[in-house]
Amino acid sequence: MEKLTNRSVVASDKKMTFMERIYVPAILKGMSITITHFFKKKATINYPEEKREFSKVYRGQHVLKRDDEGRERCTACGLCAVACPAEAITMVAAERKPGEENLYREEKYAAVYEINMLRCIYCGDCEDACPKEAIFLTDRIVASQYERMPFVYGKDILVEPTDLRVDISARQTSAVHDFKKNKAFAHNR
Amino acid sequence: MDFSTLIFKAIFLFIILLVTLVVAMYSTYAERKVAAFMQDRNGPNRAGPFGLLQPLADGLKMFMKEEIIPLTANKYLFILGPSIAMTTALLTGVVIPWGDTLTIGDHVYSLQMADLNIGILYVFAMVSIGVYGIMIGGWASNNKYALLGAIRAASQMISYELAMGMSIIALVLTTGSLSLHDIVAQQHGMHWNVFYQPLGFFIFLICAFAETNRAPFDLPECETELIGGYHTEYSSMKLGFYLFAEYVNMFISSAVIATLYFGGYNMPFIDQLGLSSNAVTFIGMAFFFIKIFAFIFLFMWIRWTLPRFRYDQLMNLGWKGLLPLAIFNILATGTYYFFTSLK
Repeated sequence: MEKLTNRSVVASDKKMTFMERIYVPAILKGMSITITHFFKKKATINYPEEKREFSKVYRGQHVLKRDDEGRERCTACGLCAVACPAEAITMVAAERKPGEENLYREEKYAAVYEINMLRCIYCGDCEDACPKEAIFLTDRIVASQYERMPFVYGKDILVEPTDLRVDISARQTSAVHDFKKNKAFAHNR
Repeated sequence: MDFSTLIFKAIFLFIILLVTLVVAMYSTYAERKVAAFMQDRNGPNRAGPFGLLQPLADGLKMFMKEEIIPLTANKYLFILGPSIAMTTALLTGVVIPWGDTLTIGDHVYSLQMADLNIGILYVFAMVSIGVYGIMIGGWASNNKYALLGAIRAASQMISYELAMGMSIIALVLTTGSLSLHDIVAQQHGMHWNVFYQPLGFFIFLICAFAETNRAPFDLPECETELIGGYHTEYSSMKLGFYLFAEYVNMFISSAVIATLYFGGYNMPFIDQLGLSSNAVTFIGMAFFFIKIFAFIFLFMWIRWTLPRFRYDQLMNLGWKGLLPLAIFNILATGTYYFFTSLK
């Protein structure tokens, strides 16, 4: 059979030689290994002070984007909920009333939009499915809680505040746009 | 002994006790740092700058823990165990010459608490009594793991004390004295005993590891098999005493090794510097402590390098390896001195 790696060692119970039996050379060898590690760079990241750099396309807590004028982009089409393999997304649609044009971009909007963060598997399928560029996963970490219910995030947490925009430029690249617009793909036909 | 000497001895005793405890305390810190560094970690660094207050935090934690004495335990012996372990660990420091003489006014004081003419035997006696701390504690716990740990400790100590004693006999053949003061004085300059007794030093070092119950000879408390060995049932400061006694023992045995084989407070070429006798004493003391710290580091280095011995390997090494080697060392040393004395 072909070996997967070249690291395997043939085990044997041959008698130890004298040098092996007095342990001392092996002990010195071991000590030389540990002392080199003593002076090596430490692998630790001192967490609260230092943070590990996230991947540019890290998939963390979701954001419901607003457009440039501060209107919610989401039209409650429900494609994200359909795409979600974990069935974490639920929503209730509502019709925009006259005078609410500055709040919602189109005639229909999500009155309730909830993501259960305990069900979510952070796959990003909702983001792929969204035709309105409304939902994105960000590099923010979902905060821990003592109870289960606070993990059902509503619009109060998910929609980005107008004065505190969430940067999603790393995920909303031109390649992503192409993917969403290209008619060659089945999902765009 | 006049009054000023008495006062000096009292102050000196207090200082030595304090130094021993502080060094032992910071050995726990050093141990954790050394362990961490050898495993590419940072070690304690939250309590104070560089985690320097960690030993205090640990001590406070030990004091605050609930004191539990098992119902089935023998109460008096249960308390006696850690007391003996701690007391004997601290008592050994009395005979170690920490420095040469100190001149204050026209008085000359020796920086050694008691210059016993049988200093080495005293050290051995104290180390041997130290086993009782472990044995009594393990037995009084009325717990199978504790008892197994105690039995292992006892048999290990007996096995390794023999080889240790034999290596010391060879040393005594070369020095001709049992007094630690004389032994250190003889090693003036670079005439360290380790150059005359390399094999003896090697055996003594291994036995010192075994006597202090340090890895790779930490069978009495081996966590994986015995949950903690003799101190399984102990909690609070009684456990703290056992753990602390180990570090005191480590400090003292490092001091004994440095005294017997590495010239104690003797520093080579110190006479050429032309310093006053008090300055020489202080530099010598500092040098002695550097030697001690080096050995403490060696203790830790070995601990975080080697896995624990199996019980039969331990016994094999003690009885079939070190003991014959030590006897051979005595024979070789004796033969050498016999033939050199004939000339």
